[in-house]
Amino acid sequence: MNTTCIMCPMGCSLTVEEKDGAVIVTGNGCPRGEKYGKAEFTHPERVVTTLLKGTYGGVVSVKTDRPIPKDKIGDLLSWAASFRLDHAVKTGDVIAESPVACGANVVATSDFKGR
Amino acid sequence: MKKFDVVIIGGGPAGMAAALGAREQGASVALLERDDRLGGILNQCIHNGFGLHYFGEELTGPEYAKRFRDKVLADKGITVFLEAMVLSLTEDRVVRAISPTAGLMELHAGAIVLAMGCRERSAGAIALAGTRPAGIYTAGMAQRLSNVEGYLVGKEVVILGSGDIGLIMARRMTSEGAKVKLVAEIMPFSSGLKRNIVQCLNDYDIPLRYSTTVTRVTGKNRLTGVYVAPVDEKMNPLLEKEEYIPCDTLLLSVGLIPENDLLTGTSVEMSRVTSGAVVDEFRQTSVPGIFSAGNVLHVHDLVDNVSEEAFVAGASAAKFSKGELALSETVSVLPSNGVRYALPQKVHQGEGKVKIYFRVDKVYRGRTVVVESGGEVVKRKKTLVMAPGEMQNVEVDKALIRGDLSIYTEE
Repeated sequence: MNTTCIMCPMGCSLTVEEKDGAVIVTGNGCPRGEKYGKAEFTHPERVVTTLLKGTYGGVVSVKTDRPIPKDKIGDLLSWAASFRLDHAVKTGDVIAESPVACGANVVATSDFKGR
Repeated sequence: MKKFDVVIIGGGPAGMAAALGAREQGASVALLERDDRLGGILNQCIHNGFGLHYFGEELTGPEYAKRFRDKVLADKGITVFLEAMVLSLTEDRVVRAISPTAGLMELHAGAIVLAMGCRERSAGAIALAGTRPAGIYTAGMAQRLSNVEGYLVGKEVVILGSGDIGLIMARRMTSEGAKVKLVAEIMPFSSGLKRNIVQCLNDYDIPLRYSTTVTRVTGKNRLTGVYVAPVDEKMNPLLEKEEYIPCDTLLLSVGLIPENDLLTGTSVEMSRVTSGAVVDEFRQTSVPGIFSAGNVLHVHDLVDNVSEEAFVAGASAAKFSKGELALSETVSVLPSNGVRYALPQKVHQGEGKVKIYFRVDKVYRGRTVVVESGGEVVKRKKTLVMAPGEMQNVEVDKALIRGDLSIYTEE
């Protein structure tokens, strides 16, 4: 796998391969790059932010309260697209607990009046 | 007529931080915002990555805004005017504004802080060739329509410019089910943050072509497609290599312009490089009592820096209004050899340290930043890499200042 390290502005081009059961990172300029490369190769994760629609109109911005596996992002976005919020929420309120078994809660990042 | 120690124009991150800075000095504050809520552009930036420096944690835009807004609204010493459009200001610090609830207002200020932010360069500003159909938006406009109003502006998208807003919108449009066919960047590098290129483009297999621009657009009522072509070293498009990409939407992420129209007719000295005012380390302009901070002063890449800068501007404005901002002679800060601009442009001699922010003109690896004063080197800082899209800073001990400061890079 080829990727770009985002740990600092250097942006080293990393190559990550599996050899004899070990994950090998090359192209990194420092130990942080190796750690980043390994994590991206074995279990890449992202915090997902998106919008939910209100049942009666309006939108509310949300985020996952921790990073979720990258391969769950598509499922979570599909869930978010069909979800409708029917009540008021405040910033920080949990709207759904681990939807699509993503392992994180979906939390409001803005206030929503319910309509 | 109303009197305030400090009148702040703009209720985004800069204005809110300036208000809190002024309050810390005990000033009475008026905060004027043209939207119907405080927070500015942060309200539409629903992605995360804000606040790592200022709060030590990663927040989304609305959350970052809320931290400041809650403090501002809880402070009885700050009078907030929403939906208030400032019409004019004068050098003797009279601010005229209008709002649906307060009508026409005349505010007399002990000091003014300019915190109006910036606006986006538009299709007209880049002389985009072709027809004028619907479907061409600045990236920030599309972001507002999507994230605040809940409208997706199109389904098949080309983005011109790889600034951070363009990259963020590439991901956002993809998340909402649109197909982003290409991000075209006229420069051989991106002005956006590395992390955004990885997490907004690479994660979703969105192609980014450098040294490429949109040469013209087609479509009568709605955009039907764009022509793109590579450019040579002089930025001239190679038309023989022009390629047509059908799409219904073109987003422009081609730069920001500080919104300083209110200064027309004043003698506030402006910088041709930043399009903002020339300021000292207190962010005071050439007109005493008028301060400037945030994106109206120079375009930042991190809101954390905006908050820090504006807090200083607000506190300094409060001191000025009480006659407590005692200032010594200034020296100039002169950028050269790889440094495109440095800010503040003026520094007072005295005690303490001054943080000089600067941007380089292209990507440099392994260079040293040098600051000289009166022929002596007063600071030397080695860097691994510097890119135009990432603002740098260097701290200088004011006691060492003997004359104008020159700031430059060397091998």
